[in-house]
Amino acid sequence: MTARIVRITLGLLLLSLTAAALWVAWNDHNDATPSAAEPAWAATPQQVERGAYLARAGNCASCHTARGGAAYAGGAGIATPFGTVYTSNLTPDADTGLGPWSPADFWRAMHHGRSRDGHRLNPAFPYTSYTLVSREDSDALFAYLRSLTPVSQANRAHALGFPYRSQAALAVWRALFFKPGSFEPETIQTPQWNRGAYLVRGLGHCAACHAGRNALGATTAALELGGGLIPMQHWYAPSLASPQEAGVTDGDVEHTVQLLKTGIAEGRTAMGPMAEVVFRSTQYLSDADLRAMAVYLKDLSPHPAEPGPSTPGNPAQLASGEKIYARHCADCHGEHGEGAQGAYAPLAGNRAVTLGTPANLVQAVLHGGYPPATAGNPRPYGMPPLRQTLDDTEMAAVLSYIRQAWGNGASPVSVLDVLQHQ
Amino acid sequence: MNALHQLPYRVLHRCRVPAWTIACALVLPGLVHAAEPTVRRVPDTIAQRTQACTVCHGQQGRATNAGYFPRIAGKPAAYLYNQLVNFREGRRTYAAMTHLVDHLSDAYLQEIADYFASLNLPYPAPQTLDAPAPVLERGQALVRHGDAQRKIPACVQCHGAAMTGVAPAFPGLLGLPRDYLVAQLGAWQDHKRRAVAPDCMAQVAAQLSVDDVSAIATWLSAQPLPPNTTAIAATATGLPLECGSGVHGGTPP
Repeated sequence: MTARIVRITLGLLLLSLTAAALWVAWNDHNDATPSAAEPAWAATPQQVERGAYLARAGNCASCHTARGGAAYAGGAGIATPFGTVYTSNLTPDADTGLGPWSPADFWRAMHHGRSRDGHRLNPAFPYTSYTLVSREDSDALFAYLRSLTPVSQANRAHALGFPYRSQAALAVWRALFFKPGSFEPETIQTPQWNRGAYLVRGLGHCAACHAGRNALGATTAALELGGGLIPMQHWYAPSLASPQEAGVTDGDVEHTVQLLKTGIAEGRTAMGPMAEVVFRSTQYLSDADLRAMAVYLKDLSPHPAEPGPSTPGNPAQLASGEKIYARHCADCHGEHGEGAQGAYAPLAGNRAVTLGTPANLVQAVLHGGYPPATAGNPRPYGMPPLRQTLDDTEMAAVLSYIRQAWGNGASPVSVLDVLQHQ
Repeated sequence: MNALHQLPYRVLHRCRVPAWTIACALVLPGLVHAAEPTVRRVPDTIAQRTQACTVCHGQQGRATNAGYFPRIAGKPAAYLYNQLVNFREGRRTYAAMTHLVDHLSDAYLQEIADYFASLNLPYPAPQTLDAPAPVLERGQALVRHGDAQRKIPACVQCHGAAMTGVAPAFPGLLGLPRDYLVAQLGAWQDHKRRAVAPDCMAQVAAQLSVDDVSAIATWLSAQPLPPNTTAIAATATGLPLECGSGVHGGTPP
């Protein structure tokens, strides 16, 4: 009897494994489009110009340039929970870059997430978003990259542990989480809305940060742009759909445009990873495109964040926090957290202060920082790093005070929180 | 209720007197306006903007030499600018600095550099006291004369006889914490601190032994500043080595 059960169990297991393997293979086969012989191709100057703009919109250089290295020559390490992924050389170098690539090869990488030789690309390259980019835009991007000066810099192998480095693991991951797609305009929406949706969901790859990720690193589509902790960076990318976070569903479209263009708007400041996005990408986009993105974001279905536990703070901690605030923060942020116009963000009623997680506050206080220097805000005011000044207990106290003073009703911050978010 | 909030009510009360009506009508809007939360402003100055710098480098960039952080006030402008760019481009590695300058433009970094360079402030007394005489002698000899046999040029050849720097891009060497000097020479030896090629300091540092580094840092940090602390103008005599950062704006083409 027992032997029979074992036999049946093993049989079922084998059957389901076979079915799973067939399913992975089917998916894998389905998205493979071998590079066919193509007619001779020459980029037009318009394509190159368009591609340069699109490369800004996709913020390609940010990842594909090592600090201090040649632009687009790759080599930057992207830390992921699975290891470090090194970006590739996008310059048209014959041996180490895109020299031998055709527009179809490039399209295949963008659309199918496969390299020229067919190997599956690591999804740290956000082809789950780029798959929505049109062939026309892909060709323009390729035309621009081909116009760059070739840089000889060999690609560095990813430093990923087993099984993440294997092609088989990527085949499974892709079967589970990736499907090549295309952007289908919604006919009931305006062209402006559709343009915004195309940029936000495609080249802009906003979901790479502003969506949660599951245990296998795939972005979750359950709530569009519902916010997520950015892996390895200890920054929380707030929800763009929640009025309690960074949602603009009930905000002014022009404020969103201004934030993306200049880095500051109406008491809001682009900090941390978003400062980089504004500095290297969105400040260069046309007002029309920024407005389209803002219109689309405003129309996301609102997902109010679940109210966190409104635990009252420990009075002794809050009293200590108030003193620290007066000594180190009030000069710039104001005695009542009112901020200073055009310079320092108000802290009273600031959604960035009252987010469920104190991650960004800990980062801001530890490391300080400048908003991005942009044409619209060329000489930003900076926040000093207070890591040298405040210990973990003091940091928890001042953050608890800020989160509970002036009507801010967020939960207090413990020393453990401070340690966890460093 | 604070006094500011009470004011309009007091005035309203007085407005019951008919003779005051016109005057009150004129005065009231201003008072009501004053009772609203006013927009707070901070000085529109570069000093205010660079408070992010002075928390470590000291008020006005005048760090005390008791800790690690170097003084930046009064250093040559091109030197400061090159360092800011080097932090941004990864030729110098100090995470806190890189984080601060990461999203700033060349033009803004230049303005920040010019500001700190323009400050002419008194220096504190030297930090290093009672160092052993043999260490001081060795340090002084290397700084003033170098060691021709070991291809070590004298520090003063580039940084000026008074060691207060040479405009536009060679920094002064006095008034810095000993720990900072040791860390910088060590970083050059480990390629953690670099400059635009040809990287003359990397070549010099490579020739130094651990004891050389210690002796140089000890002697330099024991010296008082001369009365004139500003960087001198470049002289016609050539440099002992080619330096990529010797010119203004040492960013690669």
